[in-house]
Amino acid sequence: MGYQVLESVWLAPNVRKLLVAAPHVTRNCGPGQFVIVRATPDGERIPLTIGFADKAAGTISLFIQAIGKSTTDLCNLETGSSLCDVAGPMGKKTTIHNVGHAVIVGGGVGTAVIYPQARALKEQGNYVSAIIGGRSKPYVILEEELKAVCDAVYPCTDDGSYGFKGFVTQRLGQLITESTANPVKEVITAGPVPMMKAVAEVTRPLGIHTVASLNPIMVDGTGMCGGCRVQVGGQMLFACVDGPEFDAHQVDFKELSDRLTAYREHEQRCMAK
Amino acid sequence: MSEAKPKIKAAERMKINRQAMPARDAVERSHTFGEVNLGLLEQIAILEAQRCLECKEAKCVAGCPVAVDIPGFVAKLAEGDLQAAADVLANCNALPCISGRVCPQEKQCEILCIRGKKGDPVAIGYLERFVADWALAHRGVRKAAPVPLSGKKVAVVGSGPAGLTAAGELAKLGHEVTVFEALHQPGGVLVYGIPEFRLPKEIVKAEVDALVRLGVEIRCNVIIGRSYTIDQLLQEERYDAIFIANGAGLPVFMGIPGENLKGVYSANEYLTRVNLMKAFDPNSATPVLKAKQVVVVGGGNTAMDGVRVARRLGADPSTLVYRRSRTEMPARIEEVHHAEEEGVVFQMLTNPVKILGDDKGWVRAVLCQRMELGAPDAKGRRSPVPIPNSEFEIPCEVVVEAIGTRANPLLTATTPDLKVNEKGYIQIDANNMTSKPGVFAGGDIVRGAATVILAMGDGKRTAHAIDAYLKASVQPATAN
Repeated sequence: MGYQVLESVWLAPNVRKLLVAAPHVTRNCGPGQFVIVRATPDGERIPLTIGFADKAAGTISLFIQAIGKSTTDLCNLETGSSLCDVAGPMGKKTTIHNVGHAVIVGGGVGTAVIYPQARALKEQGNYVSAIIGGRSKPYVILEEELKAVCDAVYPCTDDGSYGFKGFVTQRLGQLITESTANPVKEVITAGPVPMMKAVAEVTRPLGIHTVASLNPIMVDGTGMCGGCRVQVGGQMLFACVDGPEFDAHQVDFKELSDRLTAYREHEQRCMAK
Repeated sequence: MSEAKPKIKAAERMKINRQAMPARDAVERSHTFGEVNLGLLEQIAILEAQRCLECKEAKCVAGCPVAVDIPGFVAKLAEGDLQAAADVLANCNALPCISGRVCPQEKQCEILCIRGKKGDPVAIGYLERFVADWALAHRGVRKAAPVPLSGKKVAVVGSGPAGLTAAGELAKLGHEVTVFEALHQPGGVLVYGIPEFRLPKEIVKAEVDALVRLGVEIRCNVIIGRSYTIDQLLQEERYDAIFIANGAGLPVFMGIPGENLKGVYSANEYLTRVNLMKAFDPNSATPVLKAKQVVVVGGGNTAMDGVRVARRLGADPSTLVYRRSRTEMPARIEEVHHAEEEGVVFQMLTNPVKILGDDKGWVRAVLCQRMELGAPDAKGRRSPVPIPNSEFEIPCEVVVEAIGTRANPLLTATTPDLKVNEKGYIQIDANNMTSKPGVFAGGDIVRGAATVILAMGDGKRTAHAIDAYLKASVQPATAN
């Protein structure tokens, strides 16, 4: 029983890619959607964005960053093992338009979250730029895969060990300034909350439409628990049924980032075990 | 099996007093999750059954949403023929172990019992549970006869009380049934909502296992509306009919300031973490915030479950805040009673106006105001009116809101030709069929938040409506 892990590879020192058989997910899934998985029968329910979906093979790729106990357990799954549960797809599909020039901005494992959007944007005929960041070279993921579907890929590292030295937001600012002939019309971002917030602040004064893929705490993923509620434009919305993507200029990132700390003590206790 | 016994005279029956349900000690249970009600002993159950006057025209059945043959099984039990009692019950109720525990009998069957006119009604709920538990323990004594297969496929969306009941009935009618469940475990509200101490999860598992033995297939982790649309089930997966019973869904929040502070939960989330994800176990991977002081808002069964869970997780006080008075509380009387015994504090005629936080974003108190009852509303319930300048704080670190749910748009949004009402609940006709031919609906997604037994009633009635539909339709159902 369970959902077979057909392939398991490390993409970065803390990020693993799992190729999982889940035909019930691939049937209707699209960019922006996610699944909820459990590694074991007593495991936590963990939401993960669907990276690649192969409809013919009925497989999905999941990208997991080891942060707490449950994500570490998932990262330790080897080829040939299985996941106890894979439920999905959940969330709304990204609305993809031909805007001209679209930029995707990914940080860490967030790069995997926006890969499907990059591909879909390209298929819609956009000029697609990707800005992807990591703290150092080994943490920059999916560069080759993105090159295949983007017009330009700009890796960034905090320490300058690879590509642009500095934050993705600095590179984004530069790119917007440089792109006078082909102005940036849309930005889609996924990654750590402070990064998404900073991206929103870069584009806000310029009025560039910006979408952030949010990752709040959730349990069921079908709208039942309300744990994933976020304030968007002063409205309380549920990331699992109303999102997970929202207008980044409307999201209350401060509250989101605060709510994400609710179980920090529990996580530390679990990791110490 | 017992030998035929002489009939007991009515006068003798009248002399027997209502038997009490033995319960786990209140102090012990205020910190454990073991079942509160322990069940009747056999001789006590038989004695209680003998209180039934075997009315020629029994009123009790009319109060039962699943039309359990109450006089039938009670009479067999009174004779001491447990197997016969179990057979009668099994024929009319797919989930008797569950309804025997969570049904508001005092408002359904027992309120109509003739013995209640002078004294206490027959404890029908206790007896149903006794017979159902006996049957579970003696399973395999008698096997159900194989049913001729109809060759028709029916999809059931949701494995809560409505879905499971319908699945059981449909399987018994010879249809091939698949139940789709979005969560990783079947049972719906029976596993995520109702706590272990009221309905042990082993019981739910046993009822689900019984359905699987009947031939029902259960597919977890599949979200109808996303994994498959209703049209895909009909056209591509070749289901001949569908029963949508996916529940009420989205929690409603009060809409007061401070609701996004850390420590504020919907009852759904709080209960799901504890019940489904077993967060009461310190070794559980899924956390729940264990607070010294908890405030639960609401007056229904869900609120009562929340406040009793909080108590068991160590809250002292665990306080229930309700804006009306005790008489208006919709919760089962037994739950209110048990909560009180367990030390739950009741703050009636009290309404939260703001949740107060500390500088780190954690809840520190709820600001409430006192209420008084004004004129009755449209439903005849007296509506609460705030008393000016009556604000006061209740210190707490966790707030659980159990004030209701609204329709989940997940399935209806991807099925545009499914008619819903202005609140988003699915509209059905007299045969429980929706605006789509071959697609039926029942339970909370039609009614709005209601009870387990009403959902079971919908499941049973709809199963028979689906059976009639399948027998009448020569062509398999298709959309458009």
